[in-house]
Amino acid sequence: MLRRTFNSLMVSAALLAFGAGSASANETLKIGVSAPKTGPLTAGATAVYWPNVKLWVHDVNQKGGIKVGDKLLKVDLVEYDDKSSPEEAVKNIQRLATVDKVDFIVAPYTTGINLATAPLISRYGYPQLVATGNANELEAFVKRWPNSFWLLGKASDLSTGIVATLKTLRDKGQIGNKVALAHVAEAFGLEMIQSAKPAFKEAGFDVVYETSYPLGTQDLAPVISGAKAAKPDAFVAYSYPPDSFALTEQARIQGLNVDAFYVGVGGALSGYSQRFGKQVEGVLAMGGINPGDEVYKAYRERHKQVTGQDADYWASPVVYSSLQILEQAIVKAGSTDRAAVVKAIATGTFETVIGKVSLQNNLIGRVWTVGQWNNGVLQGVNGLGVDGAKAPVKKPAWN
Amino acid sequence: MQIIVTGTLLGGTYALIALGLTLQYGAARIMNLANGETLVAAGFVAFWLFTALGVNPLLGMVLIAPMALALNWLIYAWLLRPLVRRAKNRGMLEVDSILATFGLLFLFQGLMLLGFGGGYFSYKFLAEPFLILGEPYGLNRVVAFVAAVIVASLLYLFLYHTRQGTAVRAVAVDPASARLVAIDVARTAAFAFALGGALTACGGILLSTFYTFNASMGVIFTMKALIIVIMGGVGDVRGATLAALILGITETAVASLIDPGLTLAANYALFVLVLLFRPQGILGRASA
Repeated sequence: MLRRTFNSLMVSAALLAFGAGSASANETLKIGVSAPKTGPLTAGATAVYWPNVKLWVHDVNQKGGIKVGDKLLKVDLVEYDDKSSPEEAVKNIQRLATVDKVDFIVAPYTTGINLATAPLISRYGYPQLVATGNANELEAFVKRWPNSFWLLGKASDLSTGIVATLKTLRDKGQIGNKVALAHVAEAFGLEMIQSAKPAFKEAGFDVVYETSYPLGTQDLAPVISGAKAAKPDAFVAYSYPPDSFALTEQARIQGLNVDAFYVGVGGALSGYSQRFGKQVEGVLAMGGINPGDEVYKAYRERHKQVTGQDADYWASPVVYSSLQILEQAIVKAGSTDRAAVVKAIATGTFETVIGKVSLQNNLIGRVWTVGQWNNGVLQGVNGLGVDGAKAPVKKPAWN
Repeated sequence: MQIIVTGTLLGGTYALIALGLTLQYGAARIMNLANGETLVAAGFVAFWLFTALGVNPLLGMVLIAPMALALNWLIYAWLLRPLVRRAKNRGMLEVDSILATFGLLFLFQGLMLLGFGGGYFSYKFLAEPFLILGEPYGLNRVVAFVAAVIVASLLYLFLYHTRQGTAVRAVAVDPASARLVAIDVARTAAFAFALGGALTACGGILLSTFYTFNASMGVIFTMKALIIVIMGGVGDVRGATLAALILGITETAVASLIDPGLTLAANYALFVLVLLFRPQGILGRASA
């Protein structure tokens, strides 16, 4: 880590010297990025955030750069590690704006850090295209920080997506009425359960078991055995990656055979299906995609080729799309003037790997909320304004 | 009943995490804060052996444990021995070793981040149901528990029934007097530290068969190990094993009967109780 810091210091020192020399020529477009390279959020960032930043820079520079006015500018990336901490992220953004004087920044990783840095980013007038965060009451937030854009939807959309899916299954007579709920005792899980519980009640589901567990615990046998004892028809967990894995494994081992099994963040990772193989068939997870979409397919292939790792079935394409939107907005604005670019983002329509995107009141209208594993891919089964959703099916027993 | 079995299995896991540190802290007097990193590093090696070469993690143990032993010996010889020589008393050595191993923690973590990146790693090994009294449990956890029992008993036999082991215990009790009965204290301490490292590595390998881990997770394990070591009585293998089991069963009972959100609270409540009423550890003897 020391070495990393030292390296980034050297790099930034070199950039400073370089920047001073070429400031008048302005041959490149400087993009700043601050996200976790160390700390507890690293794993998630490594799976969905960093590869897409890398891929985008690669793609843009390969085709010669971004057209700004009559010049074609290559992208020059300035990277910092925020150590998974909001305070560190604020410092990094400050530095990117004042010392590195970057033209634009990539929005940070996760809800918390995006919320924490929004005032600062707004002060410098950068557009903030949030691809890895969501919250409730975004309308009020956007009113306050009008240059923040939210591409992953509202928290309540995500948490209630699964309610709608279960309702569909129940109406078809494939599952019963009894639901077991679990959530991670952390901001994300609490926000989810808060909007989910009334929705379950309203939909007429009977919550037969409900529990929370502390962040970071992987010994979840008691959660599964508790749920099993309540004999539910569906199991829903608003979980984070390591616990999504642990819950799935425990459910399989203890033979918690429900007709619908849902995990939160992490269930859309390619690593999830690699880990559980054929067992994931029929598992529901937060996220989803239209895997048949040609644009997505091409993106997925390029992702693998350039970064050497598989894209996930949820946030990966959204992160990439957020950068495509930035790129196209810069072209549309025809300059690096931040206010002009913010305006272009707010009013324009963009071609991205998640389809044609236009934002209403800075919020995206198309979000996948629930996906179901089907033949090794997470097929979207529920979402808002999305094409290609398939009907959910009853989950077969673990085998 | 299910609570007791699940709790015992969990306790076995905790014992694996803590046994290495007991030895390192108890005998070699090194409060090794990089303990968790050693554990995770071994997990990474096991992961790599399993996914790249298809080596069974249990077999991998035969390979990784001696490597960890050698590596920890070198760490002790190069990094920690100067501290031991310089230290005027036990307190000073503790402070120095905490600072030194704190640095080691970041070094190891950085190397792992460099080598493997920050992503999640997990692989599937023996994730089969295994019936105990008609209830299914994870076979990998049962295997880890059995291994923990074997490792702990071997360690016990070694410490209490061999000459070398007796020497380790003597050093743990009083390094100054141990020298008087012709024990090579420096050598024995180095050996205890290295053996502790090897045990931690074994724990990491077994844990990696059912935990999802990443390069920055070591500190969680160090914390757990620390609690168990202090609860069990510093340097007491039996005490540490007992403490691990108590912790495992308590956590499972609280999670099943009250609320899984309270496991951490129960954990620390137990810790505080032990510190209040038996500050020398569950089986520890009051220091003279």
